[in-house]
Amino acid sequence: MSKGFDVRRQTGFNTIALTCFVLLYLPIILLVAYSFNAGDSIAIWEGFSWRWYVSAWENEQVQEATLRSVILACSSSLVATSAAVLAALATTRTKPWRGQTLVFAMVNQPLMVPEIVTAVALLIVFAAVKQATGYTGLLYLVLAHSAFCIPFAYMPVRARLQGMDLDLERAAADLYGSPVQVFRRITLPQLWPGILAGAMLAFVISLDDVVITEFVKSAGQDTLPTYMLGQIRRVITPEINAISTALLAISILMVITFFFLNRTRK
Amino acid sequence: MTDLSTIRSRRETRDRWLLLTPALVILTLAAMGPLLIVVIYSFLTPGDYGGVEWQFSWTSWFNVVAERDFFTEELKLADAHLTVLWRSVKLSLLTVILSFLVGFPTAYFIATRPAHKRDMWMLLIMIPFWTNLLIRTFAIMQLIRNHGTINMILLGLGIVDEPVQMLYTEFSLLVGMTYVYLPLMILPVYASMERLDFNLVEAGYDLYATRFQVLRRVIFPLVKPGVVAGSILVFVPCLGAYVTPRVLGGGKQLMLGNLIDLQFGQLRNWPLGAALSLTLLAVVMVALVFYVRAIGREGESDV
Repeated sequence: MSKGFDVRRQTGFNTIALTCFVLLYLPIILLVAYSFNAGDSIAIWEGFSWRWYVSAWENEQVQEATLRSVILACSSSLVATSAAVLAALATTRTKPWRGQTLVFAMVNQPLMVPEIVTAVALLIVFAAVKQATGYTGLLYLVLAHSAFCIPFAYMPVRARLQGMDLDLERAAADLYGSPVQVFRRITLPQLWPGILAGAMLAFVISLDDVVITEFVKSAGQDTLPTYMLGQIRRVITPEINAISTALLAISILMVITFFFLNRTRK
Repeated sequence: MTDLSTIRSRRETRDRWLLLTPALVILTLAAMGPLLIVVIYSFLTPGDYGGVEWQFSWTSWFNVVAERDFFTEELKLADAHLTVLWRSVKLSLLTVILSFLVGFPTAYFIATRPAHKRDMWMLLIMIPFWTNLLIRTFAIMQLIRNHGTINMILLGLGIVDEPVQMLYTEFSLLVGMTYVYLPLMILPVYASMERLDFNLVEAGYDLYATRFQVLRRVIFPLVKPGVVAGSILVFVPCLGAYVTPRVLGGGKQLMLGNLIDLQFGQLRNWPLGAALSLTLLAVVMVALVFYVRAIGREGESDV
């Protein structure tokens, strides 16, 4: 075989791959770029300006939706992560047990069932509950978001638990640590990165959700994504780009943090 | 001795279910339970102003594929639904093919980078995936609108005289869905490619195979489980897509998700909406069974 023959090379693959990376980022970069446009258009560049960020900031509907999104994402990720940590503790590092498959199916159900199906299912149930009780507050959304965030919070916690050995906890128990002490002093400190990663993932998933929120929300209960979806029927200004950019920044920051939290484990 | 261990295991079981309670309650209330109610609703009669009448009926399931003529009582296929169903399946399959054509070489590219750099390349693929789906769809929309970036460039260069209509076509859905779901193809394909033994590739070349033959006869069969897994991972969310067809199809190119939405909104036929949802769910479940099998097969080839 001739010298310099690279067995790994495949004709054209590098070009396709690099094009793929460019195409993956180009639309997002343009979207971000036009959020700084001084003009009213999302296609013609008229110079740099912060005006759309200012106008988004001062838009009362946006303020309200942002606040609602943040409250919703915080509370659902808190609820989902707490439930997921307990569930992970119950289902990891044990022998096979009865009902295991059913529990795994339930925990992962939100990942398997198409969002639109869950959305209409919740619409049906919550519409009936709303009519019966008259309550139309934010709790429906908190409950719905908590449910679909559970598998996302569960996965990193479970992965972390699987990587931990039981010896430390056994040793602590041998030294007369009570189960609560062992959990607080030994298990929890080791588990933190997993919990944090799970909570962040749940936060981002909740913050970004459109479909389920759209069907569950009561009138006037827009979150940022549903507000944006409502805007597409109107004339689009770079204000939408400005909001998108802010949301993107949060998600990207969280994902990168998540990536490094998960990596240090290795 | 045996008593002690049964007590202990009984306590373990009790603790386990106690710990699982919060998660299971939430999931029952807001995931599993409502799904069972959808099943019930699909067998009820639609109410006049949305909602349902509590009267058993097969009509909604029947209406998924057929309808009875209002005047002549004649049976015929439900063209409107079948068009949407067909479009959903067709566009999902096309998205799978396009994702494969782009994703396979990309996964190969990443898998052939030095080991310490692969994670970074994969992070680059995953970052867009974890950002808001709606925003990514917006980004595509702004590119292909009539007054969007692409048309501005084409007009500016004088290649076309008037904007090319790309938005609100099936083409825009195909591009949009490939864009948003591509990482789901790359991830599993890369996972199987990373473990590819390049000695086998080298052996292929030693036996005078061309690059394409090696690709087709050596590499592809070895990573096929990953490709199957990736195809299903792309197919499933495409079939149930709602946001992308709503934004890029603009009500003209309905997909199954939008048809379901319509039944609960303007058309006020909740039972039909429920039956359509369960049809979608059934197809997705079948696809996921194949997915689990593909993953399992890959696990076996590991050993």
